[in-house]
Amino acid sequence: MHYLDNSATTPLCRESAERMKEYMDSHFGNPSSLHRLGSEAQMRMDDARRSVARAIGCDSREVYFTSCGSEADNTAVLGAARARRRAGRRVITTAVEHSAVLESMKQLEREGFEVIYLKPDSGGNISEQSLADAVNGDTVLVSMMLVNNESGARLPVERIRPICRDAGADPLIHCDAVQAFGRMSVRPDRLGVDLMSISAHKVHGPKGIGALYVARGKRILPLILGGGQERGMRSGTESTLLCEGFAAACDALPGYDEQNGLYTALRERILRRAAECDGVTVNSPPDAVPYITNISVRGIRSETMMHFLEERDVFVSSGSACSKGAVSHVLVSMGLDRGDIDSALRISLSRMNTAEDIDRLFDGIEAAKQRLRRRR
Amino acid sequence: MKEIILIKNGELALKGLNRSNFEDAMIKQLRRRLKPLGEVEIKKAQSTVFVQPADEHFDFDEALRRVSMIFGIAAFSRAAVCDKDMDDIIAKGVPYLKDALAGVKTFKVDAKRADKRFPLDSPQICARFGEVLLEAYPHLKVDVKNPDIRVVVEVRDFAAYVRAGQLHGAGGMPVPTGGKAGILISGGIDSPVAAWMMAKRGIELFAVHFASPPYTGPRAEMKVKELLRKVAAYSGRIKLAVVPFTEIQEQISENCKEEYFTLIMRRYMMRIAEILARRHDCKALITGESVGQVASQTMAALGVTDAATDMLVLRPLIGMDKEEIIAISRKIDTFDISTLPYEDCCTVFTPKHPRTRPELDKVIEAEGALAADEMIKRAVDSTVFEWIE
Repeated sequence: MHYLDNSATTPLCRESAERMKEYMDSHFGNPSSLHRLGSEAQMRMDDARRSVARAIGCDSREVYFTSCGSEADNTAVLGAARARRRAGRRVITTAVEHSAVLESMKQLEREGFEVIYLKPDSGGNISEQSLADAVNGDTVLVSMMLVNNESGARLPVERIRPICRDAGADPLIHCDAVQAFGRMSVRPDRLGVDLMSISAHKVHGPKGIGALYVARGKRILPLILGGGQERGMRSGTESTLLCEGFAAACDALPGYDEQNGLYTALRERILRRAAECDGVTVNSPPDAVPYITNISVRGIRSETMMHFLEERDVFVSSGSACSKGAVSHVLVSMGLDRGDIDSALRISLSRMNTAEDIDRLFDGIEAAKQRLRRRR
Repeated sequence: MKEIILIKNGELALKGLNRSNFEDAMIKQLRRRLKPLGEVEIKKAQSTVFVQPADEHFDFDEALRRVSMIFGIAAFSRAAVCDKDMDDIIAKGVPYLKDALAGVKTFKVDAKRADKRFPLDSPQICARFGEVLLEAYPHLKVDVKNPDIRVVVEVRDFAAYVRAGQLHGAGGMPVPTGGKAGILISGGIDSPVAAWMMAKRGIELFAVHFASPPYTGPRAEMKVKELLRKVAAYSGRIKLAVVPFTEIQEQISENCKEEYFTLIMRRYMMRIAEILARRHDCKALITGESVGQVASQTMAALGVTDAATDMLVLRPLIGMDKEEIIAISRKIDTFDISTLPYEDCCTVFTPKHPRTRPELDKVIEAEGALAADEMIKRAVDSTVFEWIE
């Protein structure tokens, strides 16, 4: 199998599967129970939280487990703006965010906030100037993803804090780091962010668990109310099993240099094969992260190409896996024409990919061009 | 206490000598649909069918839901089973009605005394039962003209029954008393509705779906199966034929005039569906077409499509507005599935400017040099079948 859709999800790594199996066979306690089974579960959760914190580069008390990346995004955006409602009404984000952020922004608009959506240039980048123009003293929240899930563009998150400071604003800053975490450093202190969302299944962990980083001393309002688990940030009995799996996946992450070397080599191979292939254009900007590359094969619809490739055991995504069938808002906002959007493919890598995967992909694209009828 | 489902036949009662055939078909459907819930005893007498579960833990609510989806049933109700004795009718019937009477203010008692040996006559039954209900439920008043609820005491051959009101059945005729027909199903809003409407007239369904991998994906097929499962909850199980259609679509798009793509494609679909349908003993084809809805459904275009087959083509939606079709698709719960955005064989290779007033001879000319018979044979031979229920 040649799996090149790692931005949608990644295969579970052996370490994560084994740790969960061990846990499932021997533990079931509720961390909130006061007896020994509860305290054992609590200790394992504390260990798991430390593993995740180590991978983020923060203190374990700043990590709150959630059910997924989307929940972390929802909690951050809604919880931050609502907590600062009295301080101001302006919220700034980008037009290329994941829908978990964009839909939360729409909710904020319904609640009376003024949301500014920064538009990317044709390479998918957000200019610092556009951010500087949008920030004012009324700004309570800025939310920007670190890596775009469709184009692979790396957004200037670390510039938010200084730009806000220059404008005399002190908003909470949220970063959706789901597509960056585990593949590059996301240290919140370096990025200057207060809130950060991550997800386990993008880094070879299980589906159904994510985490929200909340910088010490910052307060946001929770979405899920109840028994006060996760120090009141996220009630509901903890998914201890998935926390174990998440932690094991974090522990198994190779160093960033090692990963970057692999991704860069594979990216070069993608660009070379793309250049050799007539009718293929690269939509990702040159300075995009090396593990996400968006291309278009003129004349062949994404969905058709995807099904053609899957018959050859090659898996890519048509646009973003989260917006099946709909036109990608990211590619639209990058100003791509309809022909490029309809034929866009996303190639996304993980540490388990090899050069052969890339070759099989482009062999498949060449074959498709021969075999599939062009749309008129 | 024992409970029973009483089922009233609708149009069935009018069908003269055939009546018992229709009743038997309906009972067969009942048995098949209720079988997964446990053993039931089914009896018929005097245009009523009695369904009595053998097991006291029988899921009555689920059974009623299933009964409500069987064609050929005009009305149905659940009732308490009592001995044919006024004291027993009161002893069991009064507490049985507690939930039904809790939210109402007025009632009326009707009696049906089919067993003429019962010592009390109908007015006496009504008077006696009404009296004890008023005593047991002091919040109630009698209103014979416009009651909130009608309480019915039926004294029949096997036993007496007490029930509150009755529910509307799905109507129509029991499947398969209308014979069998082949529905062309794409995954859109219309074809499941058309299938449901014909099943309602007692027609057993055979379904034909055209798949064009890799232009269409496995999800388009999953969607069609999901739609058919919804329809099958009414019609009973459906045999689905999935026809590989890629070669034909590619050949059309390569060799024929673009403005006729859709029409030529539909003519091929009709021809293939006819072959499969005849092999499965169908007497007609069914489509979800409605005049004027899209370019290929103008009257002229329908004529061109229709000419591709000698078989009777039933088009139950022909005069309906989209709104009306959508209302039914919501009722039968197919709308949300139909609107899932996957490519289907009708949206691939759509011409930019289709002909809205095509002429048959021009279309046949445009079909031209294609090796139609060979391609159709290959498609039919590679068709895959599956039962959907």
